[in-house]
Amino acid sequence: MRFIFKTSYEQDLRLAKHGGHVFWYSLLAVALVVAPWVAPEYWLAQLTFVLIYAIVGLGLMLLAGFTGLFSLGHAAFLGVGAYTQAVLTGMGWPFALSLACAAGLSAAVGVVVGLPALRVKGIYLGMATLSFGFIVEEVFARWESVTGGNSGKHLVPPEIWGFKFESTESFYFLCLVIAVVSTLAILNLLRSSTGRAFVAIRDSEISAQSMGIHLAWYKTLSFSISAALAGIGGALYAHKLQFISPDQFNILQSIDLLLMIVIGGLGSVHGAFLGAIFLITMPQMISLSKDWLPAAIGQAPGLQAVVYGVVLIAFVLFEPMGLYGRWLKVRTWLQMFPFYRRGLFKRQKSFQKSDRLR
Amino acid sequence: MQFVQLLISGVSQGCIYGLIALGFVLIYKATETVSFAQGELMMLGAFCGLALMTVLGFPFWVAVLASILAMGLFGTVLERAVIRPILGQPAFSIVMLTIGIGYVLRGLVTMIPNIGTDTHTLPVPYKDMSFRLGALVLNAEQLVVIGATAALCVLLFAMFRYSKLGIAMQASSQNQLAAYYMGIPVQRLNGLAWGLAAAVAAVAGLLLAPITFVHANMGLIGLKAFPAAVVGGFGSLPGAIVGGLVIGIVESLSGFYLPDGFKDTAAYIVVLIMLMVKPNGLFGEKLRKKV
Repeated sequence: MRFIFKTSYEQDLRLAKHGGHVFWYSLLAVALVVAPWVAPEYWLAQLTFVLIYAIVGLGLMLLAGFTGLFSLGHAAFLGVGAYTQAVLTGMGWPFALSLACAAGLSAAVGVVVGLPALRVKGIYLGMATLSFGFIVEEVFARWESVTGGNSGKHLVPPEIWGFKFESTESFYFLCLVIAVVSTLAILNLLRSSTGRAFVAIRDSEISAQSMGIHLAWYKTLSFSISAALAGIGGALYAHKLQFISPDQFNILQSIDLLLMIVIGGLGSVHGAFLGAIFLITMPQMISLSKDWLPAAIGQAPGLQAVVYGVVLIAFVLFEPMGLYGRWLKVRTWLQMFPFYRRGLFKRQKSFQKSDRLR
Repeated sequence: MQFVQLLISGVSQGCIYGLIALGFVLIYKATETVSFAQGELMMLGAFCGLALMTVLGFPFWVAVLASILAMGLFGTVLERAVIRPILGQPAFSIVMLTIGIGYVLRGLVTMIPNIGTDTHTLPVPYKDMSFRLGALVLNAEQLVVIGATAALCVLLFAMFRYSKLGIAMQASSQNQLAAYYMGIPVQRLNGLAWGLAAAVAAVAGLLLAPITFVHANMGLIGLKAFPAAVVGGFGSLPGAIVGGLVIGIVESLSGFYLPDGFKDTAAYIVVLIMLMVKPNGLFGEKLRKKV
């Protein structure tokens, strides 16, 4: 077992709590940096997608996992970012500037959507974001002079100071840098007073309010940060695919994003990455397993939906903390080796909190 | 005349939305969870009726009753198997759970070889009949939808007003703990509420089937029934029907009088305005927690 002997307050603030963290995360960093030389190109592209989805997942995790507001229309922010990037780089703007604009515009839209969040909550907020998602998708399809309508829009590869990120490797490094920066930003945010305020709002709005937290300000802030990250993710997504059309940002994409953070583990930064890995590798696993299954099951078109649904149900029923929660349990078991008790992570039965009373 | 014609088609579409919304509200009132699988239950109900009529060759009325009963049973079993173990968890996990159920149901129906991926027509006795009333042309399908919805509403109203079961359900939706103390089997009632919601969804599916077609993605119409439930106020049964009618009529009128693209988004624009102006809906109750 590991005991951390704390001798100063700064130890509580450090991102790496002990030597083990330093060692494992350095190893991960090295692995990610050498990946382009080791992994085949196909898997490198998948890894890029994992990073992009993880950036979006970080934003959604901040909103749903840490502030307790859930959005059923997050694909709309993804789309706003993607289209902003497509239009601006198409006009010849530099990559960094249009990326900032994509993030800024998404954040502005996030503030607008966050406004109903000040009055409504729970399922009503879900409805508001869902409706918003549908409207934005329709706007993408109809505003043909800007978005190209249903026939979609092509993108040019990103370019910084004359260097074109055309190859899979260079674009991978671009995504890696942005993902690392946004992860550090989120981690930093979460240990600041703003992050604590978000968590307080998640746990109880009434007690947060009585501790002097301005609910309207922090909820809107959470929405805008989350939307900005989704916008950045969307911009990278657009560059990666080099082609975007409105149906990539529909309700199913929103649900996929939610599924990602729930399976990854709500309320943990790791969860965003684990969920992204799940979301990207699952279709590969399914197509690999098709050879093993009898043709009637393996070739059926609905297989992927069934697998997603079953996995989601299983996680909600048996492992509500997601993949990260499962890892925590395994780690605790290893650390405490013969002394692990079965009830250690037992869920507390609570009376249902009513949404109708507020 | 055109206006009245549009109104009638809007009302009949609105009745479908209202019926699905009724399922949301029944479940929400009983267990305070929102079921995203309601549209898929509707789809399953329609497929159930289709299978009974074409494969097993049941007569129309027997098939309708049998599929409603079967879906009711399915809803109860579903509640017992997956919803009850996680009651008391945050509402978010239950929402995700019902999304998962919806995925599985849609996927499973798609996986049925040769049937799941096709569109089918439901052989109903009133197919392609229409009446002329002056300049109006009334489709039998639309009239049946309106009539059946009205009948179902009267039935549900009578049940909640006069039967012991309905009153017990009302009591448990107002305060589960107090109802439990009074000897009401709250858990069994929750199961029944899911069964009832699934049965209502099956009715909606069977009514919708002659107008559109029976196919695996018809459940996506459930996403339009959410605005209906919100407009009416999520906790109100008459509100669900009224909300459905509002959405149906707005959709039908905006499809004709407004430019392209408004037909599909009209429902969502209405619900966004509603949430900003009157978040509790038309019939919603306003309750406040006293700290």
